[in-house]
Amino acid sequence: MARSTIVAIDWISVILFLLLVGFGWGNIYSASYGDEAFSITDFSQPYIKQLYWIALSITIIIITMAIETKFYERFAGLIFIISLISLLGLFVFGKNVNGATSWYAFGPVGLQPSEFAKAATALALAKFLSDMQTNIKLTNHQLRAFLIIALPALIIIPQPDPGSALVYTAFFFPLYREGLAAMYLIIGAAASVLFILTLLFTPLWVVLFIAILIALVLLKNRKHKPRYSRYILVLIIITGFCFSVNYIFNNVFEQRHRDRFNIVLGKEVDTKGIGYNTNQSEIAIGSGSWTGKGWKEGTQTKGGFVPEQHTDYIFSTVGEEWGFMGASIIILLFVGLLIRLLYLAERQKSQFSRVYGYSVVGILFIHFAVNVGMVTGLLPTVGIPLPFFSYGGSGLWGFTLLLFIFIKLDSNRVNEW
Amino acid sequence: MRKLLLYLIIISTGIVFIARLFYLQIYNTSFTALSEDNAIKVLYDYPQRGAIYDRNGKLLVTNQPSYDVMVIPRELKPFDTLEFCSILGITKEKLIKQLKKAKVYSPRVPSVVVPQLTKNEYAFLQEKMRKFDGFYIQKRSLRDYQTTNGSNVLGYIAEVNDALIEKDPYYLSGDLIGMQGVEKQYEKELRGIKGIKRIQKDRFNRDIGPYKNKKYDTLPVNGKDLTITIDEELQAYGQQLMENKRGGIVAIEPSSGEILSLITAPTYKPELLVGRKRSPNYTRLHYDSISRPLFDRGVKGEYPPGSPFKAITALIGLQEGVVDTQESFFCNHGFRYGKKAKLGCHSHGSPLNMIPGIAQSCNAYFANVYLRIINKYDTPQKGIDNWKKHAESFGLGNYLGNDLSSGSKGLIPNSDFYNKQYQYPKYKWYATATISNAIGQGAVLATPIQLANMTAAIANRGHFYTPHILKAIDGEPIHIETYTKPKYTTINKEHFTPVIEGMHQVYTQGTARSLQVEGIDICGKTGTAENYTKIDGKRMQLTDHSVFIAFAPKENPKIALAVFIENGHWGSRYAGKIASLMIEKHLRGIISRTDLEAWVLTHSLEEEYAKPYSNKPFKINQ
Repeated sequence: MARSTIVAIDWISVILFLLLVGFGWGNIYSASYGDEAFSITDFSQPYIKQLYWIALSITIIIITMAIETKFYERFAGLIFIISLISLLGLFVFGKNVNGATSWYAFGPVGLQPSEFAKAATALALAKFLSDMQTNIKLTNHQLRAFLIIALPALIIIPQPDPGSALVYTAFFFPLYREGLAAMYLIIGAAASVLFILTLLFTPLWVVLFIAILIALVLLKNRKHKPRYSRYILVLIIITGFCFSVNYIFNNVFEQRHRDRFNIVLGKEVDTKGIGYNTNQSEIAIGSGSWTGKGWKEGTQTKGGFVPEQHTDYIFSTVGEEWGFMGASIIILLFVGLLIRLLYLAERQKSQFSRVYGYSVVGILFIHFAVNVGMVTGLLPTVGIPLPFFSYGGSGLWGFTLLLFIFIKLDSNRVNEW
Repeated sequence: MRKLLLYLIIISTGIVFIARLFYLQIYNTSFTALSEDNAIKVLYDYPQRGAIYDRNGKLLVTNQPSYDVMVIPRELKPFDTLEFCSILGITKEKLIKQLKKAKVYSPRVPSVVVPQLTKNEYAFLQEKMRKFDGFYIQKRSLRDYQTTNGSNVLGYIAEVNDALIEKDPYYLSGDLIGMQGVEKQYEKELRGIKGIKRIQKDRFNRDIGPYKNKKYDTLPVNGKDLTITIDEELQAYGQQLMENKRGGIVAIEPSSGEILSLITAPTYKPELLVGRKRSPNYTRLHYDSISRPLFDRGVKGEYPPGSPFKAITALIGLQEGVVDTQESFFCNHGFRYGKKAKLGCHSHGSPLNMIPGIAQSCNAYFANVYLRIINKYDTPQKGIDNWKKHAESFGLGNYLGNDLSSGSKGLIPNSDFYNKQYQYPKYKWYATATISNAIGQGAVLATPIQLANMTAAIANRGHFYTPHILKAIDGEPIHIETYTKPKYTTINKEHFTPVIEGMHQVYTQGTARSLQVEGIDICGKTGTAENYTKIDGKRMQLTDHSVFIAFAPKENPKIALAVFIENGHWGSRYAGKIASLMIEKHLRGIISRTDLEAWVLTHSLEEEYAKPYSNKPFKINQ
């Protein structure tokens, strides 16, 4: 690494990263230690493994920072293709863990290519959008961008790992930033609202409500000679959407998916079965009160009441042992890191770096929002990790790579031109 | 806008999350309790219940281990009910009923399935316990009685009922609590304090060590040992004398108010109400509505006191100045107070003044004195209320405020009582209408303990100490003002001398002269109380009650007692003999009047008690 790189590194982001990783390890330790003595060579303990993963991720950081900035831009396409191949290879060589074939097993170490595919996709999208010939306003180019995003997602869904696939919606943020029509976001947002409304009430009520809304808008605009056909078309589309949502939810979704939605919508409370995770997680967090029960003192954590607590549900440990204060500080650290990265992305002079930066922010944000939303019972159960926090080598390395490629790109912004 | 959107989304997400955390962690406080519920198991360590000793240090009550089979319904797993039932010797229906009841009580709080196993049952079950998830064995201690007497004093312990659990959160299902007597009255001292152990559990409900390094655990505090004022030997002797009779004996030490013995008959052995046999035995005792063994006649039985009350009439007369010790009244086999109204009397010399009046128990004498007491005031209402004031100062007509778990008020009528009875002011009533009060009949009612206390007040020449049962806690004598501060009667001390002399002459030349004990100066008063009962709605008179009060020695009295024998015919027949024997037993330890003892032990009143239920016409007082 050149001396200039060290100076140019955004240390604020690095410090936030280190804080999250360090605090994350502390909580993994608390959530997974038993009555065994602390031994640095005891590889059966998740917290010991995580220590090594962290050490390895430091190596990854150094390598990432040592590589020339131009490398990422030039080889983005190749990296993307290798990533796709590694995802496809899972169907042949993948190891089944907990019902999902998303792992390559190298002896005791498992690698999850989907964790790295995010960074690869971000690079590919950045490369495509920053191409002089690309114009995101053109439908043709839009479709190509969607293809880049959808390809890895479509391979990941049947593994099955719908959670990881969901993360790819994050790429709408850079697309929007680079000029994709706002209509896509509005349609997206409207579709999610309608989706939830349809589940909460019945499609008929929702359609009726929308019809009244449209009628009111028409009534207000009647002096401007509105094009009635357009309004009616919107209403027809919405009606179709609502009823198909209803149909898909009841006939295509599996019961476990329906249950997950129903729990969050408060329709069905089965705290022993499907709602167990969410309920126990809420109890753990809720019992933390202002300052928590103290590190390694969480009764829910110690009793192992929250399943997957050191991985996806690690935030419930924070809530229980560090209370409202600690949990809020973690939220603020994440928000701080995201905002800092967004600020960095915005100050990039090259479009490649900016698109990549936006992708990083988007991916981290979706992870953060979906994970914390799930753990606090605001969103349905979707199995994705909390970046830098959750236990797992691939996850940690994937996020580290994702973040530090951007920090490297950022450190080099003065050398552009 | 394109630059700001993501900022806005990130910040608002942060705000939503912090708000959600605030809701979960601060606003909604139910989660803390839920977390305790599923992660922490609370175990109780039951302390030894305190032992009970008699006044001479003799051990009366101690403990024996007992084992309850408990269940936590939500931890139940399917098990071999047949095997379980056969080990415990219960039916399947009973088990299912118990489990259902436990579940209704609470799915996560332990309930008792089978209480109080014996050591053998426990040893056998202990080996098999691992097969029955959700069940466990809780060790407790049961009472172990070293005495067969005084069950009415000692009381018993039993499982708390739901109402008690609701009232006092200290108690949990299956806990034992004092239900009667000393066990109930001094429950807090005897029970000690349960120790609490908190165990951290994991999600499979396995114990994974103490919670917070035992920071919140407490050690059990053992119950305190009590010494009670009862003299076990005297109590046992009294119970022996009372066999085949109904009634009560209460003996008090006048100088302290300590209850030396508190006997009720018929009674039961305290060991009957221990362990698993408690419930059927209790039911059997409870439904014996004729002899009522659970009814403590000594403290709850309200009887007309009869002639012993004449001592009070005499004392009030002297205090009110309406009579002196010299004035004599004629008695012509009774006292005529209306054209046809006559208060009868037995044969004795006439006229008599106060001291022989008491000794011979002359009804006419006390009727005269009583009328003067009432008629001293311009209305009978005023007169009777004044009379009541004096009588009440002897602890009559109200609760004594003692430390026995039950009691009765007795009755000393006041003007309201008669106003109501005679519909005043529509009709007027006069002192003569209440004349029976003079001789302890009429409306006057008293419990044996009230009579004993009244006797103690006379023995002390005008004051008494509230009778009490507790002598020491953990060997430390009690200092409770209620029991150490004398209560003074409204009668001046000098007026007691002639009355006590009269009571002394009851023994030397009066109604109890056959009951003298060589070398002991006993003062007493016989009583023969008319009484009625209702059987099948018909009021009928039964054989008179035999009543006797006494104290001894005359100077520096050591014992004051009241003996009440239902349908014992006349005062000296049963009650007087028993009183003499009790006094001699207490003062000397051996019995010289073996003739009296033999008579009492061989005479039974069961025949007399069976009469009203025989459905045949019967004669009384024969």
